[in-house]
Amino acid sequence: MGESIVLSAVREPQTQAPPVESTPARVKTADVRLVGVTKRFDDVVAVDDLSLEIERGSFFALLGPSGCGKTTTLRMIGGFEQPTEGEIFLGDREVSGLPSYKRDVNTVFQSYALFPHLSVLENVAFGLRRRGVKGKDVQTRVRDMLRIVGLEGLEGRRPRQLSGGQQQRVALARALVNRPRVLLLDEPLGALDLKLRKQMQLELKGIQHEVGITFIHVTHDQEEAMTMADRIAVMNAGRIEQLGTPTELYETPQTAYVAGFLGVSNLIAGTVAGPDRVRLHGGPEVRVPPAALAGRSGEVAVGIRPEKIDLSGEHENRIDGRVVESAYIGVATQYVVETPCGRLIVYSQNTQPGSGPSARDHATTLSWNPESTFVVNSMEEEPK
Amino acid sequence: MSAIAVSAARRSQDLAAAWAFVRRHVLTVYAMLGFAYLMLPIGFVIAFSFNHPQGRFNYVWNGFTFDNWKHWDGVPGLRSALVLSIEIGLLASLLATALGTLIALALVRYRFRARGATNILIFLPLSTPEIVLGASLLTLFGNRQISNVIQLGFWTILIAHVMFCISFAVVTIKARLIGFDRHLEEAAMDLGANEWATFTKVTLPLIAPAILASMLLCFAVSVDDFVVTYFNAGPRVTFPVFVWNSARVGAPPQVNVIGSVIFIVAVTGMVANVLVQIRRQRSAATV
Repeated sequence: MGESIVLSAVREPQTQAPPVESTPARVKTADVRLVGVTKRFDDVVAVDDLSLEIERGSFFALLGPSGCGKTTTLRMIGGFEQPTEGEIFLGDREVSGLPSYKRDVNTVFQSYALFPHLSVLENVAFGLRRRGVKGKDVQTRVRDMLRIVGLEGLEGRRPRQLSGGQQQRVALARALVNRPRVLLLDEPLGALDLKLRKQMQLELKGIQHEVGITFIHVTHDQEEAMTMADRIAVMNAGRIEQLGTPTELYETPQTAYVAGFLGVSNLIAGTVAGPDRVRLHGGPEVRVPPAALAGRSGEVAVGIRPEKIDLSGEHENRIDGRVVESAYIGVATQYVVETPCGRLIVYSQNTQPGSGPSARDHATTLSWNPESTFVVNSMEEEPK
Repeated sequence: MSAIAVSAARRSQDLAAAWAFVRRHVLTVYAMLGFAYLMLPIGFVIAFSFNHPQGRFNYVWNGFTFDNWKHWDGVPGLRSALVLSIEIGLLASLLATALGTLIALALVRYRFRARGATNILIFLPLSTPEIVLGASLLTLFGNRQISNVIQLGFWTILIAHVMFCISFAVVTIKARLIGFDRHLEEAAMDLGANEWATFTKVTLPLIAPAILASMLLCFAVSVDDFVVTYFNAGPRVTFPVFVWNSARVGAPPQVNVIGSVIFIVAVTGMVANVLVQIRRQRSAATV
């Protein structure tokens, strides 16, 4: 853990949208490239000057709440919406303005959009037939793909005779059989129940490794994005708040929004008191990694993940508090601790036998490793 | 005292039993009465198609015969009237459904000026009394400039029928389009189908049931129409007009024969449809 923090801390901090890099070396490996893309619906700006590069063969997630512009971004890549401004590249080819049938991209729709009047076989063969693939080739490729998604023997069924999970697989097979440059997934697991969703998350990742196609996945489920994606762009109000690996986003969120959207975090207001020090409002001075401060001064917010806080005072950063609420949930115990800086949430792993919840009103000293601390601007608001 | 009480109790028991019987069967009886009310005239039509009438009028039962069925076109003018009705019906349902499909697509898919007005105007022929429609059309076709180009006859009947059939077509097809998942068309285009391929491979097959329903409905409405046709037929005689003309001087039993055939064809079609539906449901349920 500590290692990844150091690594990610070395990266230059991102402020708002990530910088538009268009050095030739980068372009070569980018499968999908968005340059200054804006989409307006009448007066509403759905996507706001968004730039993005997605590496070939990667599993990329667009993560955000509904209305953040993630689906619109996906639909623009797919060709179902045209950008108001900006350019979209697939490889070296500029495709904005082209209809979806002229783009080497296939989509798995949220509603699956399987053709109800066609059999599973004909659904999957639809794209191949449009491309003029003939006879035996179609059969072979469809059957191969149905095997990959685990639907052998269901070729003759109609979509309405399949379960939700099976329909989802047909939708996936129908898109992948065309071997597109990029596969777009629009909340593909949204309609499945929790257990099936978990299973499909791992299966999707496995299939992506097997076929080696770039996947772009839109979701509002942070856990789903973190499970599957190599890189995640967290979107808010038509912009990218932060782009990085799941570890980077979780360990070093750059904004309060990202910190709040991915998992639970404690944010404490404070004032910068030195190159690696922040004085918490109403509390002690704590040490933070200089890279996390990133030259900020004045008012900031210091963030600590609940599981990084220790209920014993053995780490450098300390704060006194009193347990006001505790909940035993098996693998861990959740505490709400009242401190001079406000209420903090603490997750304590129950690794030792007999470890259980501390009593209410129990006075304690919380402590954490300075390296586990991140800093965000104090002006920003947490989502919801 | 006790005897009175017993008999009172029995009476109330009897009443309760009778009431229970009524409650159990009142719907059945009501339905049967309603059904009889609907079926009686049709029964008469069919029965009197086998009558051997004396004199001009086919009102009194006079003996059973197959003659009317054997010589169904034994009445001058009947065959040509029937042929004209079928011709007009086929052409009108085809044209009205084609136009109605396009109008329905436009109304459901696009936002345009006067869309609301169009939506209302489409219903106008349905809600206007036929007598008014017929008379207005006659005024139109009677206009000197227009009657120089097109005279009352086949084409004016066809135009009139297409006009009121379009409403039925639009209403039928719109209902199907409103429940249509647009993502299906996006999916087709996503898979490499251009606009035309998307329409023929996805949109059209999915709205085909509504198109078929619209054609049947239009055909039925067209073949059946009398009032509007009577105004605008000029010298031409459709089957309903033929029936009207002959009724004034005594309708021949052959009219009953044609009516019975129409009824039997319609019922057979309906029963076939129900059977197909049941089979489909069974095949879907077995999975």
